[in-house]
Amino acid sequence: MKYAYYPGCALETTAKEYDHSTRLVARHLGVELWEIPDWNCCGASAAHRVDHLLALALPARVLALAEEQGLDIVVPCAACYNRMKAVEKAVRESEEMRKTIEEIIERSYKGSVSARSVLDVLINQVGLESIKAQVKRPLAGLKLAAYYGCLWVRPPCITAFDDPEDPMTMDRLVEALGGEAVPWPYKTECCGASLPTARTDVGLGMVYQILRRAQEAGAVAIVTACPICHLNLDMRQKQVEAAFQEEFNLPIFYFTELMAVAFGYSPKEAGLTTHFVNPLPLLESSLERRETA
Amino acid sequence: MVAAARHPNIELLTYSEVEDVSGYVGNFEVTIRKKARKVDATKCRGCGVCWEKCPTKVDSEFEQGLAKRKAIYIPFAQAVPAIPVIDQEHCLYFTKGRCGVCQKVCPAKAIDYEQQDEIIKDKFGAIIVATGFELFNWREVYGEYGYGKYPDVIDSMQFERLNVSSGPTGGKILRPSDGREPKTVVFIKCVGSRDEAKGKSYCSRACCMYTAKHAHQVLEKIPGAQVIVFYMDIRTPGKAYEEFLERTIHEGAIYVRGRVSKVFPEGDKLIVKGEDTLLGRPVEVAADLVVVVPAMVPSRGWDKLAKMLGLQTDKDGFFQEAHPKLRPVETFTAGVFLAGACQGPKDIPDTVAQASAAAAKAILLLSKDEMATEPMVASVDQSVCAGCGLCVEVCPYKAISLTTIAERVGGREITRQVATVNTGLCQGCGSCAVTCPSSAMNLKGFTNEQILAEVDAICL
Repeated sequence: MKYAYYPGCALETTAKEYDHSTRLVARHLGVELWEIPDWNCCGASAAHRVDHLLALALPARVLALAEEQGLDIVVPCAACYNRMKAVEKAVRESEEMRKTIEEIIERSYKGSVSARSVLDVLINQVGLESIKAQVKRPLAGLKLAAYYGCLWVRPPCITAFDDPEDPMTMDRLVEALGGEAVPWPYKTECCGASLPTARTDVGLGMVYQILRRAQEAGAVAIVTACPICHLNLDMRQKQVEAAFQEEFNLPIFYFTELMAVAFGYSPKEAGLTTHFVNPLPLLESSLERRETA
Repeated sequence: MVAAARHPNIELLTYSEVEDVSGYVGNFEVTIRKKARKVDATKCRGCGVCWEKCPTKVDSEFEQGLAKRKAIYIPFAQAVPAIPVIDQEHCLYFTKGRCGVCQKVCPAKAIDYEQQDEIIKDKFGAIIVATGFELFNWREVYGEYGYGKYPDVIDSMQFERLNVSSGPTGGKILRPSDGREPKTVVFIKCVGSRDEAKGKSYCSRACCMYTAKHAHQVLEKIPGAQVIVFYMDIRTPGKAYEEFLERTIHEGAIYVRGRVSKVFPEGDKLIVKGEDTLLGRPVEVAADLVVVVPAMVPSRGWDKLAKMLGLQTDKDGFFQEAHPKLRPVETFTAGVFLAGACQGPKDIPDTVAQASAAAAKAILLLSKDEMATEPMVASVDQSVCAGCGLCVEVCPYKAISLTTIAERVGGREITRQVATVNTGLCQGCGSCAVTCPSSAMNLKGFTNEQILAEVDAICL
C-alpha cells in the first residue's frame, strides 16, 4: 500500500509530533508514504480569502505532483485536506476550471487522484481489524473524547468520509485501541482556528466550551486529528484555565500518537514529550492500572 | 366518519388496498384486496373484550409510539368501523401458534384465524385520490437533533398526541423521559422543509400555523411556561392566520429567527444550540422538551399508485394537477381527481375546499350519460397504419390501444393490427402524431397537411 504524503506546513512546525507519529504508525502498518518532493503550501485559510483561483491553484499543484506518480495523497492536516477536496470538486464540475488551473500551475492536472485523510486511510483502507491485531498495550480504562473539529467532515459535499454531524471513525479507532470513546456533543464544534490569536475573548471561549464538554462527558483526555485543533486545545489550555478560573489538565493527543503507544512504542518514540499539557502521568497511571489488574 | 359509514350510498372498505386499476373514465375496473382482519365483521359488535384480554403489547402507531396497543386492536377509540384487526406480526397465535385468548373470550364468536384476504373486482365511474401525507424522515437525516438518543426530542405529530385529551397522557403535556411537566419548550420549524441540502426544497405550508397553535397550547396548559420557536420565515397567508400568530406572540411565545445546529443533553435539560440571525449571535437554550416540526412528504406508495393510475408527479412525489390554476383537482387521467395533501402540502381548510371540489367534479361526471370532449383529438388513418405500436408507448393518457381489423386484400381476407384512439381519454397533446413513422396518426385541426400549409404560408 503506497500513498503520496503531503505533510503541510503545520507538520514541520507546531505539529512535528503528528508528522512523526503518522510516519511511525504508517510504517508499522506497512503503509508506504512517499513524501511529495518540492511540495508547497495549500493556501489554507489565507488564500481563499484573497483570491479564488489562487486558493484552487496552490493545492492543485500538489495534487498534480502526486498525479504524475499515480498516487492518492494522504493528508494529515484538516485544512490542507479541505482545500484539496475543494479543488477536486471544482475540477470535477468544470472542465474549463481544470484547464485554467493547468495554465496557472504550468503542469498537467487531470483530477485523477484524490486526497484522503490519514484517519480515512488507516481506518477504512488498512482496517480496524489489522490495527487491532497490532495492539500490544491496550489503552484500557482510558475514557477519551474523540474530537474531529470542523473541516474533516464538513462541508459534506466535498469531504463525505463520515457523518458530518456525528462522525464515528475516530471513536471506533479509540475502541479498537482498547480505550473507551465517550459520547459527547462537541465533537464537530469549531476550535476557533486562528481566532484565539485575533480575538482572544471569543476564541478562548470556544476552546473553553470544548474542554468543558469533554470533561463533563467523563473524558480524561481528548483525541484530535488536526494540528490547529491540537494547538488550540493543548497550547491554549493554561490560558483558558486562567481566563475561566477552571482547571482541566486534559492531555490532548493526536490519534496517531495513541496508536503508537498502543502498538508498544514508548511515549518518547510516539512524540509525547513535546506537549504543553503533559500526558505522561495519565498514560503511566493507565499502564500501572493495567499491570495491577 | 360515522356519518359516511352510515350513508346508504357509501360503502366503506377499510383495511383494504387498491391493487390494480384498468379501464378509463366512466368505466374503471378496480381490483381491491380486502385484507383479512381475522375477525368476522358481520359478527363482531365491537365490545372490546378481545383487546382488553390480549396479552401482547405493541407500540401504538396511532399514538406515535408514545403508548402501547394490543396485538388485536382498533387504531384509536373513534375508529370506523369499531371492528378490530389482528396484527399477525406480533400476535402470539400467528407467531408462536399458542394463546388464542381472543377467540376464547369473544362473546360473538367473531374471531376467525382462518380468514383469508378477499379480492374484490368492481366497476367505478370516477376515482378520487386522497392518500395524504406523512412526515419527512427527519429522524435519520437530522442526526444532530438526537432523535432516539434523547427521549425528550419529539416531533409535532407526537406532540399532538400528548396534547389531545384522548391521547396517552389525557391531554397533559408531559416529557416522555420522566413524565414531568416541561417548563421550557423549544419548537424547531422547517426541519426538512426549504432545505435543499438535506431535505426538500418546498415550504410545507401548514407548519407555521399548527406550531403557533402548539405554542399557544403550551402557554395555556402550563402556567409559567416558556416557549421558544426557532423559524426561518413565518408564513401566515390565510384568513385570520396572522392574527392568531400575533395572539400567540402576545401570550409570550418567543420567536427566534434562525436555525438550530445541535441538540444535546446537560443534566436533565436539553441544550438547543442555534443562531439568532436578527441579533447576529449564537444562542443556547436549556429546554425541557424539544419539538421538531418536520416537512410534509407524500404517503409512501405514491410511486406505485401513480403508475397504476397513470398520474404524473412532481420531483417530490406529489401528484400533478392538470393545471396549477385552472384545473387544480383534475389529473391528466380523465376521471381521476385529487384531494388534499397528496397533491401538495396543505392545511385543513384548503384540503376541505379541494376535496369538496373533487367531489363536485366527480358528481358532474357521473350525472351525465354522455361525455363532451375537446374536438381536437388524435385520429388514425387505419389504411396506412402499420400497427407498430409506437404511439401506444408514448401516449401519456393511455388513450391508444392496438386492435385487430379484417380486410380484403387482393381477393383474400386478412387480419392485421392497427392503432385505435379512445376519444374519451385523448387530450390532444399530439405526441402520437409526431411519433408515428407512417404518418397514419393525425391530430384533428392540426393535421400534418394543415401544419405544412402553414409553413408554406410563412415561407412563401
